[in-house]
This record gives sequence, structure tokens and C-alpha cells, in this order.
Amino acid sequence: MSIFEYNGSALVAMVGKNCFAIASDRRLGVQLQTIATDFQRISKVHDRLFIGLSGLATDAQTLHQRLMFRHKLYQLREERDMKPETFASLVSALLYEKRFGPYFCQPVIAGLSDDDKPFICTTDSIGAKELAKDFVVAGTAGDSLYGACEAMFKPDMEPEELFETLSQALLASVDRDCLSGWGGHIYIVTPTEVKECTLKGRMD
Amino acid sequence: EIGCRVQFTEYIQKNVALYQFRNGIPLTTAAAANFTRGELATALRKNPYQVNVLMAGYDKEIGPSLYYIDYIATLHKVDRGAFGYGSYFCLAMMDRHYHSGMTVEEAIDLVDKCILEIRSRLVVAPPNFVIKIVDKDGAREYAWRESVKPDATA
Repeated sequence: MSIFEYNGSALVAMVGKNCFAIASDRRLGVQLQTIATDFQRISKVHDRLFIGLSGLATDAQTLHQRLMFRHKLYQLREERDMKPETFASLVSALLYEKRFGPYFCQPVIAGLSDDDKPFICTTDSIGAKELAKDFVVAGTAGDSLYGACEAMFKPDMEPEELFETLSQALLASVDRDCLSGWGGHIYIVTPTEVKECTLKGRMD
Repeated sequence: EIGCRVQFTEYIQKNVALYQFRNGIPLTTAAAANFTRGELATALRKNPYQVNVLMAGYDKEIGPSLYYIDYIATLHKVDRGAFGYGSYFCLAMMDRHYHSGMTVEEAIDLVDKCILEIRSRLVVAPPNFVIKIVDKDGAREYAWRESVKPDATA
């Protein structure tokens, strides 16, 4: 079994009209066994930037700690928050540092850059950035997520419609993956507010 | 693994005590759990410890808490946890019978149910179990559940 499939995860971020949404599943497993159904994969970097880390949970936690550290240091030095593009480059650099002994993680970065333009990005485990205009996916349910998002995505969705679309795409995809699921976490971010919701899906 | 287990847990124990000596206040359970995870994570890519940890603690303001720490340094705060082959049976029993706010008696009853399951279902079941309790009065051994008494001459 691949090391990326040890804990199981599903992550997706989608762009709307001056807003974005990022969603994850809630399962923490150890191969076939489910340990917890309330695992947080997405964390807030600052009010307009979120990062989700899929893949091996221990590396996701280590990487998360290192990224928070680097961002806090940046905030102290620059007296401002990091732009999403800059943060994505930071993530990429940190991952490539470990090129020959990598973190087994696939991050999904989502933020609002200048002029409230939504920015989403994913990288592979050694930091190759993939910038997309519509949606990015990661995790064991990634293939299913690609299909579901491609089918359901429309450009320039308002926050409410984006929430519906992303929730349905996530729940449909994790139902086809035994290693992810047990509900979902979704954050919808607009320039004025951040809404966090928990999704109820098939608990199996 | 046995060798790692003793060495690693003693190392954590002594560092937790050291913190209290140096700073005058004890480490919270969350802090101790994160310290343990940090040690496991640092060693992971050099010389990994093959030790799984369930860390239970009681803090005055927070109350009791339980942390699940994998041998590859996955940390998660849980209500109920188990490791090993017996974990399949224990987690199932706990999923069925656990609810938050159980009394000590109900909890011991649930532990006994888990022990019964392990004894009947696990081929390689260990003969003896110890039950420990952690609460506001500290950590203490509560009871033993023995099927094989220790040899008096040993």
C-alpha cells in the first residue's frame, strides 16, 4: 500500500465570484481502521488564506507547524499578512528542500489575493505547483473529485451556490473512496466573512 | 517494541518532570502530548521509535483529555482510543457503549467488557490486565484483571 494512502484524505478547493471555498473530509484512519471522525485537515493561515494538507497525517502536522512558524515570522518582519501567491511559493520551497526524503503530503492552498481575486493552487509532494482557474483536488479521493468537480463546476458562482456545488462534489467523491469520508468540513471565504460548516454524509 | 518503549516513555516522563522543576508549573496534557509527538517526529526520519502512545491527563481548567499518538507521530485528541490487534475489538465495544459524561463505574464496566472481548476473540490474548485511572487526584493503579497469577517463587 502506498504511503500516501496510509491515513486517507480528500481535499478540494473551488473558485467562485470574488470568493472561494475549500473542503475536506473528516476521517483519520490507519489503513483499514478508522481512528477518528473529526480530524481537521484545513487550517487558517490568516483571514484570507487557508491551507489544507492531505496525505500522511504526521507529515501534514509537521508541515503545518513549519508553515505557521514561517508565516508568523513573516508577519513579525513585514507587519502584514502573506499573499496567497507568496505562500504557495513558500510551500513549494519547503517541500522541494526535502526533495530526496520528501514530506508525503499534498497541500491545497486557497486564498484571496489583491483586488479580492480568489487564488487556488495545489502542489505535489515535492513542490511542483499547479495553479488552476476553477478547482484543485488532492487526497486518496482525488480522482473521483476531479470527475465530480468537472461535472458540477460553473464559473462565477455566488457563495451560496458554490457551497452547494462543492459540498455535493465532495460527498459524492468520498462515497467512492473507502479511505476518506465520515462527513466534511467546508470553509466559504468572501472578502467580508469566513463561513465554516460541517457536512453530514454517509458515515462509513 | 519493548526496548524502545521503556526508553522512550522514561525519556518523556523525565522531561515532563524537568519542565515542572524548571518552570514551577506542570505541563498541560496537550503540551506534553505535543512534546511527545515532536520527539517522535524528529526521530522518525533518523532512527524511528516503534512506540504507540495513548496519553491521558487531567488539567484543572480543562478536565480530562486523551491523546492518540501513533508511532509515526500522528497526533489526535480523542474520546476513546486503542492500539494493537485488540484495538479492533475494543474500539467496536467502545463505539457501542461509550457516551460522554460516563461515571467511573460505567467506564470500568466498559473496560471490563473490552477485556472480555479481547480474552474471547484474540488468539494471542495477554492473560493479565491492569486498569489505571487519571483524575483530579492524580494517576493511580485502580485494579488488576488477572487470569494467571504471578509465580510466588519468580
